[in-house]
Amino acid sequence: MDSLYTLTTTVNGRIHTRVVEPRMLLSDFLREDLALTGTHVGCEHGVCGACTVLVDGVAVRSCLMFAPQVDGCAVETVEGLAPGPDRLSLLQEAFRETHALQCGFCTPGILMTIKAFLAETPDPSETEIRETLGGTLCRCTGYQAIVAAVTLAAARLRTQGASP
Amino acid sequence: MKPAPFQYLKARSLEEALAAKAALGDDARFLAGGQSLIPTMNFRMAQPTALVDLNGLTGLAGIAEQPDGTIGIGALARHRDVERSAVIARWQPMLVEAVREVAHPQIRARGTLCGNLAHADPMSELPAVMLALGARLTAQSVSGQRMIAAQDFFRGVFTTALSAEEMLVHVAVPPLQAGTGTCFLELARRKGDYAMAGVAAVVTLDDRRLCRSARLAYCAAGETPVLAEPAAGLLVGAVIDADSAAAVGTAAAEVLAPTGDVQAGADYKRHLAAVLTKRALLAAADRARGA
Ligand SMILES: Cc1cc2nc3c(=O)[nH]c(=O)nc-3n(C[C@H](O)[C@H](O)[C@H](O)COP(=O)(O)OP(=O)(O)OC[C@H]3O[C@@H](n4cnc5c(N)ncnc54)[C@H](O)[C@@H]3O)c2cc1C
Ligand code: FES
Ligand code: FES
Repeated sequence: MDSLYTLTTTVNGRIHTRVVEPRMLLSDFLREDLALTGTHVGCEHGVCGACTVLVDGVAVRSCLMFAPQVDGCAVETVEGLAPGPDRLSLLQEAFRETHALQCGFCTPGILMTIKAFLAETPDPSETEIRETLGGTLCRCTGYQAIVAAVTLAAARLRTQGASP
Repeated sequence: MKPAPFQYLKARSLEEALAAKAALGDDARFLAGGQSLIPTMNFRMAQPTALVDLNGLTGLAGIAEQPDGTIGIGALARHRDVERSAVIARWQPMLVEAVREVAHPQIRARGTLCGNLAHADPMSELPAVMLALGARLTAQSVSGQRMIAAQDFFRGVFTTALSAEEMLVHVAVPPLQAGTGTCFLELARRKGDYAMAGVAAVVTLDDRRLCRSARLAYCAAGETPVLAEPAAGLLVGAVIDADSAAAVGTAAAEVLAPTGDVQAGADYKRHLAAVLTKRALLAAADRARGA
Protein backbone atom coordinates (compact mmCIF):
# COMPACT_ATOMS: atom_id res chain seq x y z
CA MET A 1 0.00 0.00 0.00
CA ASP A 2 1.91 3.03 -1.26
CA SER A 3 1.11 6.68 -0.87
CA LEU A 4 1.39 7.14 -4.63
CA TYR A 5 -0.39 5.16 -7.34
CA THR A 6 0.75 4.62 -10.92
CA LEU A 7 -2.16 4.36 -13.30
CA THR A 8 -2.54 3.77 -17.00
CA THR A 9 -5.77 4.81 -18.64
CA THR A 10 -7.00 5.47 -22.15
CA VAL A 11 -8.69 8.85 -22.47
CA ASN A 12 -10.40 9.63 -25.77
CA GLY A 13 -8.31 6.94 -27.40
CA ARG A 14 -4.92 8.14 -26.06
CA ILE A 15 -3.02 6.14 -23.47
CA HIS A 16 -1.74 8.05 -20.44
CA THR A 17 0.43 6.80 -17.57
CA ARG A 18 0.60 9.05 -14.51
CA VAL A 19 1.60 8.87 -10.88
CA VAL A 20 -1.09 10.27 -8.59
CA GLU A 21 -2.04 10.53 -4.96
CA PRO A 22 -4.94 8.10 -4.41
CA ARG A 23 -7.14 10.98 -3.24
CA MET A 24 -6.95 12.61 -6.68
CA LEU A 25 -10.53 12.73 -7.99
CA LEU A 26 -11.06 11.60 -11.58
CA SER A 27 -12.48 15.06 -12.38
CA ASP A 28 -9.33 16.80 -11.10
CA PHE A 29 -7.10 14.24 -12.80
CA LEU A 30 -8.73 14.97 -16.17
CA ARG A 31 -8.63 18.73 -15.68
CA GLU A 32 -5.30 19.22 -13.96
CA ASP A 33 -3.05 16.32 -14.95
CA LEU A 34 -4.34 15.84 -18.50
CA ALA A 35 -5.40 19.48 -19.11
CA LEU A 36 -8.80 18.29 -20.37
CA THR A 37 -10.77 21.16 -18.89
CA GLY A 38 -13.92 20.43 -20.88
CA THR A 39 -15.09 18.26 -17.98
CA HIS A 40 -16.59 20.83 -15.61
CA VAL A 41 -16.80 20.74 -11.85
CA GLY A 42 -19.83 22.20 -10.11
CA CYS A 43 -20.85 20.65 -6.82
CA GLU A 44 -18.43 17.78 -6.19
CA HIS A 45 -21.10 15.73 -4.49
CA GLY A 46 -22.86 14.10 -7.40
CA VAL A 47 -25.80 16.46 -7.74
CA CYS A 48 -25.11 18.77 -10.70
CA GLY A 49 -23.82 16.34 -13.33
CA ALA A 50 -21.41 18.84 -14.92
CA CYS A 51 -18.52 16.39 -14.38
CA THR A 52 -20.21 13.40 -16.08
CA VAL A 53 -17.84 11.34 -18.28
CA LEU A 54 -17.99 7.83 -19.73
CA VAL A 55 -15.94 5.07 -18.12
CA ASP A 56 -15.94 1.93 -20.26
CA GLY A 57 -18.96 3.38 -22.07
CA VAL A 58 -21.03 4.04 -18.94
CA ALA A 59 -21.90 7.57 -17.78
CA VAL A 60 -20.57 8.27 -14.27
CA ARG A 61 -19.78 11.24 -12.04
CA SER A 62 -16.05 11.92 -12.32
CA CYS A 63 -16.17 13.84 -9.02
CA LEU A 64 -17.23 10.61 -7.27
CA MET A 65 -14.39 8.39 -8.44
CA PHE A 66 -10.72 8.41 -7.52
CA ALA A 67 -8.25 8.48 -10.39
CA PRO A 68 -6.71 5.06 -9.49
CA GLN A 69 -10.16 3.55 -10.07
CA VAL A 70 -9.86 4.13 -13.83
CA ASP A 71 -6.55 2.26 -14.02
CA GLY A 72 -7.00 -0.01 -17.05
CA CYS A 73 -10.26 1.64 -18.12
CA ALA A 74 -11.27 3.64 -21.18
CA VAL A 75 -12.49 7.15 -20.36
CA GLU A 76 -14.36 9.42 -22.77
CA THR A 77 -14.74 13.14 -22.18
CA VAL A 78 -16.42 15.92 -24.15
CA GLU A 79 -13.12 16.56 -25.96
CA GLY A 80 -13.50 13.16 -27.61
CA LEU A 81 -16.88 13.85 -29.20
CA ALA A 82 -16.05 15.95 -32.26
CA PRO A 83 -14.65 13.93 -35.17
CA GLY A 84 -12.23 16.76 -36.08
CA PRO A 85 -11.21 20.28 -35.10
CA ASP A 86 -13.63 21.89 -37.55
CA ARG A 87 -16.50 19.41 -37.23
CA LEU A 88 -19.09 18.73 -34.53
CA SER A 89 -20.52 15.35 -33.65
CA LEU A 90 -24.15 14.72 -34.54
CA LEU A 91 -25.18 15.30 -30.92
CA GLN A 92 -23.22 18.55 -30.62
CA GLU A 93 -24.67 19.76 -33.91
CA ALA A 94 -28.21 19.11 -32.63
CA PHE A 95 -27.43 21.14 -29.49
CA ARG A 96 -26.10 24.01 -31.63
CA GLU A 97 -29.08 24.03 -33.96
CA THR A 98 -31.71 24.04 -31.21
CA HIS A 99 -29.87 26.55 -28.96
CA ALA A 100 -29.61 23.95 -26.21
CA LEU A 101 -26.82 25.83 -24.46
CA GLN A 102 -26.23 29.35 -23.26
CA CYS A 103 -23.23 29.65 -20.90
CA GLY A 104 -22.29 26.05 -21.68
CA PHE A 105 -21.22 25.12 -18.15
CA CYS A 106 -23.59 22.15 -17.95
CA THR A 107 -23.16 21.12 -21.59
CA PRO A 108 -20.20 18.70 -21.39
CA GLY A 109 -21.88 16.64 -18.68
CA ILE A 110 -25.18 16.65 -20.52
CA LEU A 111 -23.57 15.63 -23.83
CA MET A 112 -21.79 12.69 -22.21
CA THR A 113 -24.94 11.65 -20.34
CA ILE A 114 -26.99 11.76 -23.53
CA LYS A 115 -24.36 9.96 -25.59
CA ALA A 116 -24.62 6.95 -23.26
CA PHE A 117 -28.42 7.31 -23.02
CA LEU A 118 -29.01 7.30 -26.80
CA ALA A 119 -26.69 4.34 -27.28
CA GLU A 120 -29.01 2.34 -25.00
CA THR A 121 -32.32 4.07 -25.79
CA PRO A 122 -32.38 4.89 -29.51
CA ASP A 123 -36.08 5.80 -29.54
CA PRO A 124 -36.69 7.58 -26.23
CA SER A 125 -40.01 9.02 -25.08
CA GLU A 126 -40.08 12.60 -23.89
CA THR A 127 -40.54 11.36 -20.32
CA GLU A 128 -37.42 9.21 -20.60
CA ILE A 129 -35.47 12.18 -21.95
CA ARG A 130 -36.68 14.45 -19.13
CA GLU A 131 -35.95 11.86 -16.45
CA THR A 132 -32.42 11.40 -17.78
CA LEU A 133 -31.85 15.15 -17.91
CA GLY A 134 -33.08 15.26 -14.30
CA GLY A 135 -29.63 14.04 -13.31
CA THR A 136 -27.98 17.20 -14.65
CA LEU A 137 -28.59 20.82 -13.65
CA CYS A 138 -28.75 23.69 -16.16
CA ARG A 139 -29.13 27.20 -14.77
CA CYS A 140 -29.61 28.92 -18.13
CA THR A 141 -31.77 27.21 -20.72
CA GLY A 142 -34.89 26.09 -18.87
CA TYR A 143 -34.31 22.61 -20.39
CA GLN A 144 -36.91 22.89 -23.19
CA ALA A 145 -34.26 23.42 -25.85
CA ILE A 146 -32.17 20.56 -24.45
CA VAL A 147 -35.15 18.21 -24.73
CA ALA A 148 -35.58 19.40 -28.33
CA ALA A 149 -31.87 18.77 -29.04
CA VAL A 150 -31.99 15.24 -27.69
CA THR A 151 -35.18 14.51 -29.65
CA LEU A 152 -33.59 15.84 -32.84
CA ALA A 153 -30.36 13.91 -32.29
CA ALA A 154 -32.26 10.69 -31.60
CA ALA A 155 -34.29 11.06 -34.80
CA ARG A 156 -31.17 11.72 -36.89
CA LEU A 157 -29.32 8.81 -35.33
CA ARG A 158 -32.20 6.50 -36.18
CA THR A 159 -32.32 7.57 -39.82
CA GLN A 160 -28.56 7.80 -40.33
CA GLY A 161 -27.46 4.91 -38.11
CA ALA A 162 -24.48 7.05 -37.07
CA SER A 163 -22.82 7.27 -33.64
CA PRO A 164 -23.77 10.05 -31.19
CA MET B 1 -7.20 18.26 -3.52
CA LYS B 2 -10.44 17.99 -1.63
CA PRO B 3 -10.40 14.72 0.31
CA ALA B 4 -7.89 14.35 3.14
CA PRO B 5 -5.01 11.94 2.41
CA PHE B 6 -5.60 8.24 2.91
CA GLN B 7 -3.87 4.94 2.27
CA TYR B 8 -5.39 3.10 -0.67
CA LEU B 9 -5.63 -0.62 -1.20
CA LYS B 10 -7.25 -2.18 -4.24
CA ALA B 11 -8.35 -5.52 -2.79
CA ARG B 12 -7.72 -8.53 -5.03
CA SER B 13 -9.74 -11.00 -2.98
CA LEU B 14 -12.44 -10.95 -0.31
CA GLU B 15 -9.96 -12.43 2.17
CA GLU B 16 -7.46 -9.68 1.44
CA ALA B 17 -10.15 -7.00 1.88
CA LEU B 18 -11.30 -8.43 5.22
CA ALA B 19 -7.76 -8.88 6.52
CA ALA B 20 -6.85 -5.33 5.50
CA LYS B 21 -9.93 -3.91 7.20
CA ALA B 22 -9.14 -5.80 10.40
CA ALA B 23 -5.53 -4.62 10.34
CA LEU B 24 -6.24 -0.99 9.44
CA GLY B 25 -8.75 -0.43 12.22
CA ASP B 26 -11.91 1.58 12.73
CA ASP B 27 -10.80 4.62 10.75
CA ALA B 28 -10.41 2.63 7.55
CA ARG B 29 -13.43 2.19 5.29
CA PHE B 30 -14.54 -0.12 2.54
CA LEU B 31 -15.01 1.71 -0.77
CA ALA B 32 -17.89 0.23 -2.79
CA GLY B 33 -19.68 2.53 -5.28
CA GLY B 34 -18.36 5.57 -3.45
CA GLN B 35 -21.59 7.45 -4.16
CA SER B 36 -22.23 8.18 -0.49
CA LEU B 37 -18.69 7.98 0.87
CA ILE B 38 -16.85 10.18 -1.66
CA PRO B 39 -19.25 13.16 -1.35
CA THR B 40 -18.65 13.23 2.40
CA MET B 41 -14.89 12.90 1.84
CA ASN B 42 -14.94 15.74 -0.68
CA PHE B 43 -16.38 17.95 2.06
CA ARG B 44 -14.01 16.39 4.63
CA MET B 45 -16.97 15.40 6.75
CA ALA B 46 -15.44 11.92 6.52
CA GLN B 47 -11.65 11.57 6.72
CA PRO B 48 -10.93 7.85 6.64
CA THR B 49 -7.26 7.00 7.17
CA ALA B 50 -7.44 4.20 4.60
CA LEU B 51 -9.76 2.93 1.88
CA VAL B 52 -10.08 -0.73 0.98
CA ASP B 53 -11.44 -0.59 -2.58
CA LEU B 54 -13.84 -3.46 -3.32
CA ASN B 55 -14.35 -2.62 -7.00
CA GLY B 56 -11.92 -5.26 -8.24
CA LEU B 57 -13.88 -8.06 -6.55
CA THR B 58 -16.06 -8.77 -9.57
CA GLY B 59 -16.78 -12.23 -8.20
CA LEU B 60 -18.99 -10.49 -5.62
CA ALA B 61 -21.10 -8.73 -8.26
CA GLY B 62 -23.46 -11.63 -8.88
CA ILE B 63 -27.25 -11.74 -8.72
CA ALA B 64 -28.47 -15.34 -8.68
CA GLU B 65 -31.61 -17.35 -8.07
CA GLN B 66 -31.16 -20.21 -5.62
CA PRO B 67 -33.07 -23.51 -5.93
CA ASP B 68 -35.63 -22.49 -3.28
CA GLY B 69 -36.40 -19.23 -5.12
CA THR B 70 -34.29 -17.01 -2.86
CA ILE B 71 -32.47 -14.30 -4.77
CA GLY B 72 -28.89 -13.73 -3.69
CA ILE B 73 -27.26 -10.37 -4.35
CA GLY B 74 -23.51 -9.91 -3.88
CA ALA B 75 -21.61 -7.01 -2.33
CA LEU B 76 -20.57 -5.51 -5.63
CA ALA B 77 -23.93 -5.71 -7.46
CA ARG B 78 -24.61 -2.14 -8.48
CA HIS B 79 -27.99 -0.38 -8.52
CA ARG B 80 -27.79 -0.56 -12.31
CA ASP B 81 -27.34 -4.35 -12.20
CA VAL B 82 -30.33 -4.73 -9.88
CA GLU B 83 -32.40 -2.47 -12.15
CA ARG B 84 -31.56 -4.59 -15.20
CA SER B 85 -31.67 -8.05 -13.66
CA ALA B 86 -34.21 -10.30 -15.38
CA VAL B 87 -34.33 -12.58 -12.33
CA ILE B 88 -35.19 -9.72 -9.99
CA ALA B 89 -37.72 -8.24 -12.43
CA ARG B 90 -39.48 -11.60 -12.62
CA TRP B 91 -39.50 -12.57 -8.94
CA GLN B 92 -39.04 -9.36 -6.95
CA PRO B 93 -40.41 -6.57 -9.16
CA MET B 94 -40.75 -4.22 -6.18
CA LEU B 95 -36.97 -4.07 -5.86
CA VAL B 96 -36.74 -2.85 -9.46
CA GLU B 97 -39.50 -0.30 -8.82
CA ALA B 98 -37.63 1.02 -5.80
CA VAL B 99 -34.12 1.07 -7.26
CA ARG B 100 -35.37 3.12 -10.20
CA GLU B 101 -36.22 5.83 -7.66
CA VAL B 102 -32.67 5.82 -6.28
CA ALA B 103 -30.71 8.80 -7.60
CA HIS B 104 -29.85 9.23 -11.29
CA PRO B 105 -28.51 6.74 -13.85
CA GLN B 106 -24.94 8.05 -13.43
CA ILE B 107 -25.09 7.38 -9.68
CA ARG B 108 -26.80 4.01 -10.14
CA ALA B 109 -23.99 3.00 -12.50
CA ARG B 110 -21.58 3.00 -9.52
CA GLY B 111 -23.57 2.72 -6.29
CA THR B 112 -24.17 -0.76 -4.87
CA LEU B 113 -27.13 -2.27 -3.03
CA CYS B 114 -24.91 -3.50 -0.19
CA GLY B 115 -23.14 -0.12 0.09
CA ASN B 116 -26.54 1.53 0.27
CA LEU B 117 -27.68 -0.80 3.06
CA ALA B 118 -24.37 -0.47 4.95
CA HIS B 119 -24.66 3.32 4.68
CA ALA B 120 -28.09 3.03 6.38
CA ASP B 121 -29.51 6.38 5.39
CA PRO B 122 -33.11 6.33 6.70
CA MET B 123 -34.07 8.46 3.68
CA SER B 124 -33.07 5.63 1.36
CA GLU B 125 -35.66 3.50 -0.39
CA LEU B 126 -33.72 0.22 -0.29
CA PRO B 127 -33.53 -0.45 3.47
CA ALA B 128 -37.34 -0.11 3.63
CA VAL B 129 -37.73 -2.57 0.76
CA MET B 130 -35.42 -5.05 2.52
CA LEU B 131 -37.59 -4.79 5.67
CA ALA B 132 -40.78 -5.33 3.71
CA LEU B 133 -39.33 -8.36 1.89
CA GLY B 134 -37.80 -9.88 5.03
CA ALA B 135 -34.30 -10.01 3.55
CA ARG B 136 -31.41 -11.77 5.29
CA LEU B 137 -28.04 -10.04 5.28
CA THR B 138 -24.71 -11.84 5.55
CA ALA B 139 -21.87 -10.10 7.37
CA GLN B 140 -18.34 -11.46 7.09
CA SER B 141 -15.06 -10.63 8.82
CA VAL B 142 -11.77 -12.43 9.37
CA SER B 143 -13.45 -14.26 12.25
CA GLY B 144 -16.27 -15.69 10.13
CA GLN B 145 -19.79 -15.15 8.82
CA ARG B 146 -23.10 -14.37 10.47
CA MET B 147 -26.62 -13.79 9.24
CA ILE B 148 -28.58 -10.70 10.27
CA ALA B 149 -32.29 -10.24 9.56
CA ALA B 150 -33.06 -6.92 7.85
CA GLN B 151 -35.27 -6.10 10.84
CA ASP B 152 -32.25 -6.26 13.17
CA PHE B 153 -29.76 -4.58 10.83
CA PHE B 154 -30.75 -0.90 10.86
CA ARG B 155 -29.98 0.60 14.28
CA GLY B 156 -30.09 4.35 13.69
CA VAL B 157 -29.12 7.13 11.29
CA PHE B 158 -26.08 5.80 9.36
CA THR B 159 -25.79 3.04 12.00
CA THR B 160 -26.09 -0.71 11.42
CA ALA B 161 -25.49 -3.96 13.26
CA LEU B 162 -22.17 -4.40 11.40
CA SER B 163 -19.00 -4.26 13.49
CA ALA B 164 -16.07 -2.20 12.22
CA GLU B 165 -14.39 -5.34 10.86
CA GLU B 166 -17.43 -6.72 9.06
CA MET B 167 -18.33 -6.43 5.42
CA LEU B 168 -21.87 -6.88 4.16
CA VAL B 169 -21.10 -9.57 1.58
CA HIS B 170 -24.50 -10.86 0.53
CA VAL B 171 -28.21 -10.11 0.67
CA ALA B 172 -30.74 -12.95 0.39
CA VAL B 173 -34.27 -12.00 -0.60
CA PRO B 174 -36.64 -14.90 0.16
CA PRO B 175 -39.27 -15.88 -2.44
CA LEU B 176 -42.75 -14.37 -2.24
CA GLN B 177 -45.50 -16.75 -1.11
CA ALA B 178 -48.16 -17.77 -3.65
CA GLY B 179 -50.89 -15.14 -4.01
CA THR B 180 -48.57 -12.25 -3.16
CA GLY B 181 -48.39 -8.82 -4.79
CA THR B 182 -45.94 -6.02 -4.03
CA CYS B 183 -45.68 -2.32 -4.75
CA PHE B 184 -43.21 0.47 -3.99
CA LEU B 185 -44.41 4.06 -4.25
CA GLU B 186 -42.78 7.33 -3.35
CA LEU B 187 -43.22 11.02 -3.91
CA ALA B 188 -40.24 13.24 -4.73
CA ARG B 189 -40.27 16.67 -6.30
CA ARG B 190 -37.91 15.53 -9.02
CA LYS B 191 -37.12 12.05 -10.33
CA GLY B 192 -34.02 10.79 -8.53
CA ASP B 193 -34.33 13.00 -5.46
CA TYR B 194 -34.73 11.54 -2.01
CA ALA B 195 -38.43 11.01 -1.32
CA MET B 196 -40.65 13.15 0.90
CA ALA B 197 -42.46 9.90 1.68
CA GLY B 198 -42.12 6.34 0.41
CA VAL B 199 -43.71 2.97 1.15
CA ALA B 200 -43.03 -0.66 0.31
CA ALA B 201 -46.15 -2.84 0.47
CA VAL B 202 -46.35 -6.66 0.39
CA VAL B 203 -49.80 -8.27 0.36
CA THR B 204 -50.70 -11.98 0.35
CA LEU B 205 -54.30 -13.02 -0.40
CA ASP B 206 -55.97 -16.32 0.46
CA ASP B 207 -58.10 -18.29 -2.00
CA ARG B 208 -61.16 -16.23 -1.06
CA ARG B 209 -59.11 -13.12 -1.91
CA LEU B 210 -59.08 -11.93 1.67
CA CYS B 211 -55.85 -10.61 3.10
CA ARG B 212 -53.79 -13.41 4.60
CA SER B 213 -50.85 -11.18 5.54
CA ALA B 214 -49.53 -7.71 4.82
CA ARG B 215 -46.25 -5.89 5.42
CA LEU B 216 -45.65 -2.17 5.12
CA ALA B 217 -42.24 -0.48 5.42
CA TYR B 218 -41.39 3.19 5.09
CA CYS B 219 -38.40 5.33 4.18
CA ALA B 220 -38.07 8.98 5.22
CA ALA B 221 -40.09 8.16 8.31
CA GLY B 222 -37.65 8.48 11.24
CA GLU B 223 -34.14 7.48 12.29
CA THR B 224 -34.40 4.03 10.71
CA PRO B 225 -36.64 2.51 8.08
CA VAL B 226 -39.96 1.74 9.78
CA LEU B 227 -41.91 -1.52 9.63
CA ALA B 228 -45.53 -0.66 10.50
CA GLU B 229 -46.63 -4.07 11.81
CA PRO B 230 -49.73 -3.19 13.86
CA ALA B 231 -51.20 -1.08 11.04
CA ALA B 232 -50.55 -3.77 8.42
CA GLY B 233 -52.05 -6.33 10.82
CA LEU B 234 -55.40 -4.53 10.63
CA LEU B 235 -55.82 -5.90 7.12
CA VAL B 236 -55.58 -9.58 8.01
CA GLY B 237 -58.82 -11.36 7.15
CA ALA B 238 -60.23 -8.26 5.44
CA VAL B 239 -61.07 -7.41 1.85
CA ILE B 240 -58.47 -4.97 0.55
CA ASP B 241 -60.49 -2.13 -0.93
CA ALA B 242 -60.31 1.66 -0.96
CA ASP B 243 -61.81 1.97 2.55
CA SER B 244 -59.70 -0.66 4.31
CA ALA B 245 -56.54 0.50 2.53
CA ALA B 246 -57.19 4.13 3.49
CA ALA B 247 -57.80 3.18 7.13
CA VAL B 248 -54.52 1.29 7.27
CA GLY B 249 -52.74 4.24 5.65
CA THR B 250 -54.04 6.56 8.35
CA ALA B 251 -53.09 4.14 11.12
CA ALA B 252 -49.59 3.60 9.73
CA ALA B 253 -48.92 7.31 9.25
CA GLU B 254 -49.54 7.90 12.97
CA VAL B 255 -46.47 5.90 13.97
CA LEU B 256 -44.13 7.56 11.45
CA ALA B 257 -41.74 10.28 12.57
CA PRO B 258 -40.58 12.10 9.43
CA THR B 259 -38.47 15.26 9.77
CA GLY B 260 -39.89 18.45 8.31
CA ASP B 261 -37.63 20.27 5.86
CA VAL B 262 -37.77 23.01 3.22
CA GLN B 263 -39.78 20.78 0.89
CA ALA B 264 -42.49 19.68 3.29
CA GLY B 265 -43.41 19.76 6.97
CA ALA B 266 -43.65 16.60 9.06
CA ASP B 267 -47.45 16.61 9.05
CA TYR B 268 -47.61 16.92 5.29
CA LYS B 269 -45.11 14.06 4.91
CA ARG B 270 -47.27 11.93 7.19
CA HIS B 271 -50.27 12.80 5.05
CA LEU B 272 -48.34 11.79 1.91
CA ALA B 273 -47.37 8.49 3.56
CA ALA B 274 -51.05 7.74 4.27
CA VAL B 275 -52.09 8.48 0.68
CA LEU B 276 -49.21 6.47 -0.78
CA THR B 277 -50.00 3.55 1.54
CA LYS B 278 -53.56 3.38 0.27
CA ARG B 279 -52.42 3.44 -3.36
CA ALA B 280 -49.63 0.92 -2.79
CA LEU B 281 -51.92 -1.52 -0.97
CA LEU B 282 -54.52 -1.35 -3.74
CA ALA B 283 -51.87 -1.88 -6.42
CA ALA B 284 -50.25 -4.75 -4.51
CA ALA B 285 -53.64 -6.41 -4.00
CA ASP B 286 -54.42 -6.07 -7.71
CA ARG B 287 -51.11 -7.70 -8.54
CA ALA B 288 -51.77 -10.45 -5.99
CA ARG B 289 -55.11 -11.20 -7.69
CA GLY B 290 -53.26 -11.51 -11.01
CA ALA B 291 -50.46 -13.61 -9.47
C1 LIG C 1 -26.71 12.87 -6.08
C2 LIG C 1 -27.01 11.62 -5.32
C3 LIG C 1 -28.33 11.25 -5.13
C4 LIG C 1 -28.64 10.11 -4.41
N1 LIG C 1 -29.96 9.78 -4.25
C5 LIG C 1 -30.28 8.67 -3.59
C6 LIG C 1 -31.64 8.29 -3.41
O1 LIG C 1 -32.57 8.95 -3.90
N2 LIG C 1 -31.90 7.17 -2.70
C7 LIG C 1 -30.90 6.41 -2.16
O2 LIG C 1 -31.19 5.40 -1.54
N3 LIG C 1 -29.61 6.72 -2.33
C8 LIG C 1 -29.27 7.83 -3.01
N4 LIG C 1 -27.95 8.14 -3.17
C9 LIG C 1 -26.92 7.28 -2.53
C10 LIG C 1 -26.60 6.05 -3.40
O3 LIG C 1 -27.66 5.14 -3.40
C11 LIG C 1 -25.35 5.31 -2.92
O4 LIG C 1 -24.97 4.48 -3.96
C12 LIG C 1 -25.49 4.43 -1.69
O5 LIG C 1 -26.09 5.12 -0.62
C13 LIG C 1 -24.15 3.94 -1.18
O6 LIG C 1 -23.69 2.87 -1.94
P1 LIG C 1 -22.21 2.85 -2.49
O7 LIG C 1 -22.00 1.51 -3.08
O8 LIG C 1 -21.99 4.02 -3.35
O9 LIG C 1 -21.39 2.93 -1.13
P2 LIG C 1 -20.11 3.78 -0.68
O10 LIG C 1 -20.33 5.23 -0.87
O11 LIG C 1 -18.88 3.18 -1.29
O12 LIG C 1 -20.09 3.43 0.86
C14 LIG C 1 -21.04 3.96 1.77
C15 LIG C 1 -20.67 3.51 3.19
O13 LIG C 1 -20.89 2.12 3.36
C16 LIG C 1 -19.67 1.42 3.62
N5 LIG C 1 -19.74 0.19 2.80
C17 LIG C 1 -19.90 0.12 1.45
N6 LIG C 1 -20.04 -1.16 1.06
C18 LIG C 1 -19.96 -1.90 2.19
C19 LIG C 1 -20.06 -3.30 2.46
N7 LIG C 1 -20.28 -4.18 1.45
N8 LIG C 1 -19.96 -3.73 3.73
C20 LIG C 1 -19.77 -2.84 4.75
N9 LIG C 1 -19.67 -1.51 4.56
C21 LIG C 1 -19.78 -1.05 3.30
C22 LIG C 1 -18.56 2.36 3.21
O14 LIG C 1 -17.39 2.13 3.95
C23 LIG C 1 -19.18 3.72 3.53
O15 LIG C 1 -19.07 3.99 4.89
C24 LIG C 1 -27.60 9.28 -3.88
C25 LIG C 1 -26.27 9.64 -4.08
C26 LIG C 1 -25.96 10.80 -4.79
C27 LIG C 1 -24.52 11.17 -4.99
S1 FES D 1 -19.30 18.18 -9.95
FE1 FES D 1 -19.73 16.09 -10.11
S2 FES D 1 -21.86 16.03 -10.04
FE2 FES D 1 -21.45 18.14 -9.64
S1 FES E 1 -26.18 26.46 -20.42
FE1 FES E 1 -25.60 27.54 -18.62
S2 FES E 1 -25.86 26.01 -17.11
FE2 FES E 1 -26.70 25.07 -18.82
